[in-house]
Amino acid sequence: MARRELQEINAGSMADIAFLLLVFWLVTTTIDSDEGVKRQLPPPVPDDLEQQEVKEGDVYNVRTNFRDSLLVEKKVLRISELKAGAKDFLIATGDGLLNPVRDNVELADGNMMYPERVWVRKSELLILEQSYLVAGQTKRAEKVRDKIRAIELFGGDYRELPGSALISLQTDRNTSYDLYMQVQNELEAAINELRDELAMAKFNMTYADLEERYGRSKEQSLLDRILAVRLVYPQRISEAEPRDASATYY
Amino acid sequence: MGKFNKGKKRGMAAISTASLPDIVFILLFFFMMTTVMQTEDEMVKVVRPEVSEVYKIEKKHLIRYINIGTPQDKRYGTEPVIQLNDQFADASAIQEWVKIERLTLAEAEQTKMWVSMKVDVETKMGVVTDVKQELRQASALKVLYSANSRERTGS
Repeated sequence: MARRELQEINAGSMADIAFLLLVFWLVTTTIDSDEGVKRQLPPPVPDDLEQQEVKEGDVYNVRTNFRDSLLVEKKVLRISELKAGAKDFLIATGDGLLNPVRDNVELADGNMMYPERVWVRKSELLILEQSYLVAGQTKRAEKVRDKIRAIELFGGDYRELPGSALISLQTDRNTSYDLYMQVQNELEAAINELRDELAMAKFNMTYADLEERYGRSKEQSLLDRILAVRLVYPQRISEAEPRDASATYY
Repeated sequence: MGKFNKGKKRGMAAISTASLPDIVFILLFFFMMTTVMQTEDEMVKVVRPEVSEVYKIEKKHLIRYINIGTPQDKRYGTEPVIQLNDQFADASAIQEWVKIERLTLAEAEQTKMWVSMKVDVETKMGVVTDVKQELRQASALKVLYSANSRERTGS
């Protein structure tokens, strides 16, 4: 018998099969993105913790109720107005380097409207650092050192927020999660925008860029800049211990 | 001129498509390697909120998930429930869950665990607050509220 020649298998349809597989894969996988709003929860509160006195003007009160409305500093606000309000509060009495110094406003109930920013001066800090070093308090000296470094990077003294200045968020148990997230987001956006503006003016780079670059290169000079910006606009969002306030109408 | 058209018209040589499957297979493998598969079934309906300030966790193996929403299966009711590792759980089970999940990480990374909360937008804060309180008690303080990203508004 005559041997038949071996026939080549037509591979033309192979591509189609592979494409089918590819399309099947694309359609069936749900991409699970791990994105979201980052938060550090406070550690559990010990029972014997002393209540600290807080100046009314130093706290930016944000409350949400069961009807998903927003009460900010005793005024009803829309969510779209929250960011501007929070920014105004954080700028406070000004000169976080970009804003002119302005007078504090006394409200009808005798409280001040903004926290009072105070000058941090390099000459005073240098003396303070020395005294801490002499006393052997290295941790405190290190903190002062950070501020001196910030002033050197900014090329001038700045005014810092008092330690008691913070944004306080109180949510009712019947507030929707959506509103809660939007409030968290707007508050963070306010801080980020202020930080971006400052970083852009001083380092020609947004704060987000600084963080991203630092994440990749771990360069010390970038970290110093990040810390400097954070000193001027710290992120202090406190969430009050939860309480069921559905019985209370705001 | 017409110099170039003088020759006989030759048929175009067929381009070999033999390597096409290989290319497509490479594409397929690329997608398989890069996509993150959902490791567990979502037993609750979750519509994630939209926010502008998103943070992306790079080290995915450090993340553990808590889902909160109404059950997919109506037989389990229409109230929001908490899902931990493929089963419904009570908020009081969270501390134990955190302990166990920590042990699945390498010792050096146990303090770096992230808890990603996937919560449906319609959920009331009561449930979420309970979970947060339990997480605090269990010292799992790094929390990510899972969300989709959008543009910043009105800046």
